[in-house]
Amino acid sequence: MTMKTILRSFLAAASAVALTSVADAATGGAAEYKHNHWHFSGPFGAYDKEAVQRGFQVYKTVCASCHAVEQLSFRNLGDKGGPFHLDECPAGVPAGTDCSKPSDNPIVKAIAAEYEITDGPDDSGDMFKRPGLPSDKIPGPYANEQQARAANGGAYPPNLALVIKARHHGPDYVYSLLTGYADAPASVQLSPAQHYNPYFAGDMSQLLKAEYRDEEGHPLEGVEVPPGGVLAMKSPLADGIVDYADEHVPETVDQYAKDVVEFLTWASEPKMEQRKSLGVVTIGYLLILTLILFFSYRAIWAKIEH
Amino acid sequence: MSHPSTYKPGTAIERWLDRRLPIIRFGADFMDFPTPKNLNYWWTFGAILAVCLVIQIITGVILAMHYTPEKTMAFNSVEHIMRDVNYGWLMRYVHANGASMFFLAVYIHMFRGLYYGSYKEPREMVWILGVVIFLLMMATAFMGYVLPWGQMSFWGATVITNFFTAFPIIGQPIKTLLLGGPAVDNATLNRFFSLHYLLPFAIFGVVAIHIWAFHTSGNNNPTGVEVKDVKKDTVPFHPYYTVKDGFAIAVFLLFLAAFVFFNPNGLGHPDNYKPADPLVTPAHIVPEWYFLPFYAILRAITFDIGPISSKLGGVLAMFGSIMVLFVLPWLDTSKVRSMRYRPVAQLWFVLFVIACCALGYLGGQPAEGAFVLYAQIATAYYFAFFLIILPFLGLFEKTKPLPKSIADSVLKHDKPSSTPIAQAAE
Repeated sequence: MTMKTILRSFLAAASAVALTSVADAATGGAAEYKHNHWHFSGPFGAYDKEAVQRGFQVYKTVCASCHAVEQLSFRNLGDKGGPFHLDECPAGVPAGTDCSKPSDNPIVKAIAAEYEITDGPDDSGDMFKRPGLPSDKIPGPYANEQQARAANGGAYPPNLALVIKARHHGPDYVYSLLTGYADAPASVQLSPAQHYNPYFAGDMSQLLKAEYRDEEGHPLEGVEVPPGGVLAMKSPLADGIVDYADEHVPETVDQYAKDVVEFLTWASEPKMEQRKSLGVVTIGYLLILTLILFFSYRAIWAKIEH
Repeated sequence: MSHPSTYKPGTAIERWLDRRLPIIRFGADFMDFPTPKNLNYWWTFGAILAVCLVIQIITGVILAMHYTPEKTMAFNSVEHIMRDVNYGWLMRYVHANGASMFFLAVYIHMFRGLYYGSYKEPREMVWILGVVIFLLMMATAFMGYVLPWGQMSFWGATVITNFFTAFPIIGQPIKTLLLGGPAVDNATLNRFFSLHYLLPFAIFGVVAIHIWAFHTSGNNNPTGVEVKDVKKDTVPFHPYYTVKDGFAIAVFLLFLAAFVFFNPNGLGHPDNYKPADPLVTPAHIVPEWYFLPFYAILRAITFDIGPISSKLGGVLAMFGSIMVLFVLPWLDTSKVRSMRYRPVAQLWFVLFVIACCALGYLGGQPAEGAFVLYAQIATAYYFAFFLIILPFLGLFEKTKPLPKSIADSVLKHDKPSSTPIAQAAE
């Protein structure tokens, strides 16, 4: 037996481990996520800029009433690769303005100005309100966690700027969750503040009606526990609640969910396009270097028996 | 295998310097080091590891310029690096994935040493220093993982430092000292940052004496037969091994780059993109993949052994699994170094590799049901391999005849009698 045979068995074991962990991720109490083909997936995948813009509109109209995007500033919207980045100034902007700079981007300035920001202290020591600037962080809906919980029946709406990276299979998960709300199965009893979703990780066995459970509270034999769990958030999207400027894009829950996932993925990984394009160059460079080194190795060792 | 210096100072400046600080001679001798001509690709991982260490130090120093070791700011300072620092995302992803690749390479390096008997006389010190480096790496990686102050950072630190409380009397004070208080908090983050910056330089120092040690004993080689004739058996390190190692390093960098640029979070845990929250415990607290085998050993001890509680037993087994490596040179009784000539030992070695991989898998699973039993079997085998199989096998096994010399072993491949398979294997 050589080291090669050993390597082969090692690889077999490693791939077995890899496959099992993929299978595991799909279970865990929740239904298997819907698989969408995302514009940004794959080694050459990039963000669909229009979808990110629409997704920002969905976030701003719907999600932003409860969820913050803590790590985002207005200026990020105008960064290279951001949804409102401009290479050239639109008509009406004074000559000499560099609109590719987020701080001078008229769209970003307009979005920021819609918000009221507390600044200060001023010269007399008082805090004051002013319109938002591109350099400001996008303000969240609540002043602090306690206020957020008080407004949401004790639940804390998570920060969405990193949500895609903070969940297994983030894009598919958020898409499935947003489009997956369903009527609660007949076998469970929910309170008005609980909303059933088969894609939300939870344990529905505790919510089964009494007739489906034994004295100790365990499900009776033959009773199927529904997948998923319950959230404090009711289905946030409905057909037609956001008006898209582009008439060709359907105003449906499915489209809204796809667009907001596109936006949130950009929000969690704004440098993805830069990363992938640098990756292609780096891999190309390393491949050439590897070949040169390989043939140098062959040439240098040609006369040595080894 | 110290070798006579062949350096001749050519210029007046070199002669001047050579009498005062023979640093050029040192470099020249280093590059000229007679190296067995039959080293295979498993031997390239030493150079790969040196590259890993340098990459980690360079990216780490740059990250430290932008990182804030304070508990309310650490998480966001990492996001600041990812979003606002020029190429900060690149530095962080190279550093995080580089740590994984560092461990992958060190495990291959250790399995190679195990298979070819590189720990045996006269290379015991090389091996022991290697285990010291491995321990320092583990401490460094563990503390580095705490710095982003995500959920897994916080809870990983909580779980791991809790191990120490298993030791009677000294356990609690050790934990308090490590954490800088009763629980993981700002003081923990501060001292972990300080030590995470310090330890890599300690590793650098031990690596230097690790290299010094095998430059004294000479490299082992796939036959395990010592160099008999420097002219016939060896080639100078440069250019023969600089080019071979260089090729292997380039392939390794391709692998690292594939992760960094196209799946940078594939080896991480999504929970670490949630800020640390002492009030919310994650459903499954799992360490990074490279610690999973040891985590499985820790959790495999679910029973009390006399006065030793299962908790202490688990901690002892986990520390023991590394401590046993220190005495490995004296546990293996075989006079034959390389397992190439130990067919029975090869089978046990393959089982050992499988047991280690299985432990890695089981460490990532919940400690319940059949997983516990499998982890116990794999843990038992892990220790049996070192404490029973290697000591006794050497006394009884039949080994294959060794080649007369390294030169002899490589010549065989070109004889017409040798099979094409044997040639391909080289």
